Order: sequence, then structure tokens, then C-alpha cells
Amino acid sequence: MASVDKQQSVQITVSDGALIPDRAEKSLFSAWRISFFGAITLLVLFPVISPTPYLDILRFVPDGILTTFQVTVVSIVFALIIGLFTGLGRVSRITIINRIATVYVEVIRGIPLLVQLFYIYFALGQFVIVPRMGAAVIAMSICYGAYMGEIFRAGILAIPKGQMEAALALGLSRSQAMRKVILPQTLRMVLPPIGNEFIALLKDSSLVSILAVSDLLRRGREYAATTFRYFETYTIVALIYLVMTLFFSKLVSIMEERLERNGR
Amino acid sequence: MDANRTDSNAPTPGNTLPRVRITNATKLFGRHAEIQALRDVSLDVAAGEVVLIIGPSGSGKSTLLRSVNRLETLTSGSIWVDEDEVTDQRGDIRRIREEVGMVFQSFNLFPHLSAIQNIMLGPTTVKKQHRDEVFPRARALLARVGLADKENAYPGQLSGGQQQRVAIARALAMNPKVMLFDEPTSALDPEMIKEVLDVMLDLARDGMTMLVVSHEMGFARAAADRVVFMDEGQIIEHGPPTQVFDTPREERTRKFLKHIL
Repeated sequence: MASVDKQQSVQITVSDGALIPDRAEKSLFSAWRISFFGAITLLVLFPVISPTPYLDILRFVPDGILTTFQVTVVSIVFALIIGLFTGLGRVSRITIINRIATVYVEVIRGIPLLVQLFYIYFALGQFVIVPRMGAAVIAMSICYGAYMGEIFRAGILAIPKGQMEAALALGLSRSQAMRKVILPQTLRMVLPPIGNEFIALLKDSSLVSILAVSDLLRRGREYAATTFRYFETYTIVALIYLVMTLFFSKLVSIMEERLERNGR
Repeated sequence: MDANRTDSNAPTPGNTLPRVRITNATKLFGRHAEIQALRDVSLDVAAGEVVLIIGPSGSGKSTLLRSVNRLETLTSGSIWVDEDEVTDQRGDIRRIREEVGMVFQSFNLFPHLSAIQNIMLGPTTVKKQHRDEVFPRARALLARVGLADKENAYPGQLSGGQQQRVAIARALAMNPKVMLFDEPTSALDPEMIKEVLDVMLDLARDGMTMLVVSHEMGFARAAADRVVFMDEGQIIEHGPPTQVFDTPREERTRKFLKHIL
């Protein structure tokens, strides 16, 4: 042990600085800024330098962006509803409900989304006619519902046990306690992970292009197929996806910071 | 309530009926029920009585307290609050819980609600009372615990002592017949203990029936009618605070008191 000068006042600073590096977001050239503004610059620069084919591509794909958004937003809404009930089912004390929710999560998480899309559109399509867009949304919702269920479950379990006890001690029923005490706190906690799921879903929504839903990727394929400008088309498509996901990931991290600052 | 009186198991009603009656409470924990948290504990608490439960950690005092509103279920034995049997699994525990207030060591305030909303949640949700009716009462309760100015503060903005006082007000909002305190000052910094004890003292003087798990000797001497010493799931001895503290009968009590004094 090093001898400590007794005259000197000893100050013990406790911080987790050594464990968790500061996020380098403060600097002008943060990773996010390089990626985001870099992508935007390229999206502007390419069409300016060579309008054909880049400007044509940019004129061709926007309705695909809209479709991608539609699929993503509608799917996330249904996935949230499914996920909430799945999460509640996963913490239910009623065995049968718990079992159903758990089996759903296990089965869905074990099958690739692409296979689920094929299954709902082509396999089930032999018995019932599902419109392309409907099949896409159903498959995405069911798939992401399972992941959301796990997020909700983790969120519910993260609430200290004393909260439920205090609510019960007041005379609230279990479901009242859930609705008034546990879920409002859970919702705040799961907001950031849900935001991340939204981004993941946005990216996975490109899979629906194989059902011939005219999303961003499909529109790119259509353009490339007629002009044989594969490199240029997919560069633009990739950049547009990148700008969208980076934009939303920024929103999520802002949301995260807000929640952190407001405390629990 | 009258329907319950015909229950053959009910203790005979009358002036001598204790507010809380615990008879032969036994609680076993563990996979093979090898841990005896409570062993045949019997205790009567009269209306208006303040009983302090002391004992080493793991002696079963918290388990006993939490059994009174069935946050823990007994393995055997029975607990009554007035004419209602808490341990009756078919009974409506929620109605009994309305009448039994509880204050926790870790406060357990609802962090997403302001102080006043914390207090109003019980009456509006459980008793279905209207907000306009509950609001002035909630305000009065906040004033009573000395926090009239913290109406809209969230638990995260309050000190530990303030949080615990809001928690007491929250329990009082249900107009309970009995208040249970599970180590209410153990999580507090020394300078905040007094403000909580003062509120409890005020309650005791007001005639509230109180069961308190705590080692606060000062509070015991000032407010407790009886001190119960528990060890290894049993009541070793009980009596007025002066007797238990100054002239304990049992060796185990003496040993324990030496540790905490």
C-alpha cells in the first residue's frame, strides 16, 4: 500500500468512468454524423455529378419508400398489441395462458422470418387467398410480436417486486395493479428497445419484396431489371435504407437520454 | 359483515374481541419445508394498541407482519382482523387489505405518480370514490405528514424521509383499522428517521392500532404499549417496553438487546 500523507485530505471519487467509456457523441465527427451526413451527401452528390441514372433512380423509388413505411408502421402497431398480450401471458400465473404465450414465442423465434413469409403467403395461400400486403403485414406482426413479447416480459419483471406488493396491500386486484402501477412503469422502460425493434423491422421489411410487394427494394429491382444499372441502383437503395435507419436510431437514443434524465 | 358473524369459526364478538388475532401461525419455507419462518406464533393486538416487534434478522418478524395482510400465506394457523379471517383462502382478501394499511422498508411509492396521485390511487381505484371527493382528503393527509408543499413532487424528487411520510399518508387514505410498519426507518439516513417516527408517534397518540417491526427504542418507549421479542420464528417474550428493555426475563432477549443498544 502506498503511504498516504495524513495531512492531505483524502478524496474518494466513485465513478463508473473506467467501466463504461463515455459515448463519443459530443464530438463533431461522431460515428453517427459521419454515417448519416456522409450518406446524405452521397445521395445529393451522385445525381448532381451524373443525373443519369442516379436522378432517374431517385425519381423511380420514392413510392417504394412509402410502401416500406406503410408495412413497417402497420406491422409494428400489430406487433405491439400482440407483444403486450404475449408479455402479460408470459408472466401470468395461470398455467395454460403462460404455456400458450411461451410456446408461441419459442416457435416463432425458431423460424426465420423469410420462411414465415413464404409460409403465410404460399403455403397457407393454397387454402385461403391472402393479399400480398396482408400476408406481409401478418407475417411481420406475428414474428415481431414474439420479440416484443419478450421485451414486455423483461420490462414487467424489471419492476421491483415491492411495487406489486404495495399495490396489493392497498387493496388493488392483480389486474388493477398491473394496469395502474406495473404497466405504466414498464412502458417507459421498454420504449427504447421497442424503438430498436422498429428499426430492425424497417430493415427486415425488405424481405417482403419477395412477395412482390413494391417496397423500396422491389422498386430498385424493377428499375435495375430494365436498365441493368445494378451497381447504381442498389447503391442508392442501400443509402436510402441507411439514412432512414440512422434517422430513427438517433430518435431512439434521444428518447433514451430523455428518459434517463427524467429519472425513474 | 354481519354475515360473517354466523361463521362458526369466528371468535365470539364483543368488547374483548382483539383487532388482530394471530393463533398458532406457522410458516414453512424451502423446497422441503425445512425452514421454519414462524413456529406456532400466537398474538392478540387490541384496538388502539401499539405493538413493537423486535428480534434478530431471520427471526420471522417481517413474515409475521406480512401474513397479517396475506402478502405471505401461512402454512397453518389463522389470523383474524376483527371478524374477518385473513387466512381463509375463500375469503375476499382485498376487502381486508383495504382495512389494513402497510408501510414498507423501501417505501415502494409508485414512481410514475406524484405524491398526491400516490395517495389518491387507493381510494379512487379500490373504493371507486370520485377524485373531487378524494382530493381534499389526500391534501389534508399530506399536510398531516408535513408535506403540504410537495403535492406535485414525484417520489424521485423527495428525500427518503419524505417518501416514507408520503407512503404513510397513502396507507392512511384508505382509512385503515390497523397499520403495519415493516422496518419503516431502516432504509433512512439518521437525520431523516426522526421525521418519520414523529408521524408514527402522532398516529399512535391518535389511537391507531399499530404493528411495528422496528428497533427504534426511543419510539418504543414513547409510543409502544407492548414489545414482542421474536427469535427463530417464535415469540420469546413480550411485555411493556420498560419491562422488556430494562428487565428482560429471557437470556436470549438480554443477549439481543446488548447487540442493538
